[in-house]
Amino acid sequence: MTVAHLIKSFTLWEFVKAHWLTLKYFFRPKATINYPFEKNPLSPRFRGEHALRRYPNGEERCIACKLCEAICPAQAITIEAAPRVDGSRRTTRYDIDMTKCIYCGFCQEACPVDAIVEGPNFEYATETREELLYDKAKLLANGDKWERAIAANLEADAPYR
Amino acid sequence: MTSFFQSLGMTHDWAWFVSTICGILLIALPLMLSVAMIIYVDRKIWAAMALRRGPNVVGPFGLLQSFADGLKVFLQETIVPSAANKGLFLIAPVLTFSLALLAWAVIPFNSNAILADINVGLLYILAISSLGVYGTIMAGWASNSKYPFFSAMRASAQMISYEVSIGFIVICVVLWSGTFNLNGIVMAQKGHVFGIINGFVANPLLFPMWVMFLISSLAETQRAPFDLTEAESELVAGYQTEYSSMAFAAYWLGEYANVLLMCALNATLFWGGWLPPLDIPILYLVPGFIWFLLKVFFFFFVFSWVKATVPRYRYDQLMRLGWKVFLPVSLLFVVIVSGYLMATGHFA
Repeated sequence: MTVAHLIKSFTLWEFVKAHWLTLKYFFRPKATINYPFEKNPLSPRFRGEHALRRYPNGEERCIACKLCEAICPAQAITIEAAPRVDGSRRTTRYDIDMTKCIYCGFCQEACPVDAIVEGPNFEYATETREELLYDKAKLLANGDKWERAIAANLEADAPYR
Repeated sequence: MTSFFQSLGMTHDWAWFVSTICGILLIALPLMLSVAMIIYVDRKIWAAMALRRGPNVVGPFGLLQSFADGLKVFLQETIVPSAANKGLFLIAPVLTFSLALLAWAVIPFNSNAILADINVGLLYILAISSLGVYGTIMAGWASNSKYPFFSAMRASAQMISYEVSIGFIVICVVLWSGTFNLNGIVMAQKGHVFGIINGFVANPLLFPMWVMFLISSLAETQRAPFDLTEAESELVAGYQTEYSSMAFAAYWLGEYANVLLMCALNATLFWGGWLPPLDIPILYLVPGFIWFLLKVFFFFFVFSWVKATVPRYRYDQLMRLGWKVFLPVSLLFVVIVSGYLMATGHFA
């Protein structure tokens, strides 16, 4: 143990330096944002709450190919399909168990018609578990609600796909 | 205050009784309030040093956060583990909390604002803070759960170890001021250095004692970096793991009341208590208790500052610091200080 080391440890030099550093940080502007009142910008690729989209004429995009159901690693998606009155193949049931979903985005990658997408919304906490078991109506409603943001995000990301 | 109640037509005994009750309320109620506020301040300081915002939603600037937390805790269910020793389990938080309040009786807030101006005030504080170990060890033992038990073992060993060196440090102060009375110690610091600086801290022989007292008081109150008792990664939440609701709140309040007490002791023993920092007549225009509260708040800031800066010690490091560094050094300083005082004829 050298003399310099001894002096350093008895004057608590390292502690003084550390406290000087934290004091400087004390007066710095805060790094955290004021969350519910301020929000971070989101990437167009952000994978949030799911939505089922429609074509501009109001026809639902989903053709019940079940690719999303097949690829879903958490097996959160359940689809049942039947021919509709006009002969087109449509889903009669499209459920996503949001408590199972791991937000990997494989469903929107698999979808050939951009029907199922993960939108920019991440503030959908619920008070009960049942509210997180989304059915087709809920997903279509989400699609109607977030269509503008989803379309803008898809367009912004399109050149990179 | 006794004479005021006597003038209302009470006998002396009754007037003394009523005025003492009033004095207790005058200390305890603002103390409870300031504990609530100081928890908020603690979180704010800690957050600011980590570049966070801290509580800012409940009330303006989050000022009501502690009250919201208190309400939440109050509305919870009190759970007593079935294997716990029920009597001790419930007495322990009461003991901790009341001991944390008891010690405030001898703290001088101003030249005449002191509840019990007893001759051995400092010994009283040492005695009370030693009793504080019981609250901890009872909680750990009565919970009948291994983590609280380990934590209580650690806490009691830690508090006892650092009380030894605190005792020696306090002896240096007592030697210099020649009294155990806290008001007397404050008065002895008047113009202590060059006849102008109020406080033992500016004395080169007592400054290292103050640094050691500050560190020991961190250990005594189990604050970071000595918060091994609630090392959450190893011991869940320390000896209060099994506590919920108001019993937990009592620990919570008691802990911070103890922290404030240690801040007050730092201010009283080394920084001139209710005296202004410099012995200049114009500074005496500010009432003494304002100087005292400013000093206490400054020390609380230091406590939070340390918490935000220093990582937690390992248990063996804590024990090594207490027994192999603080004990010999404080013992050495007792010899040096008393030798200096003898050589300069201080006692004559």
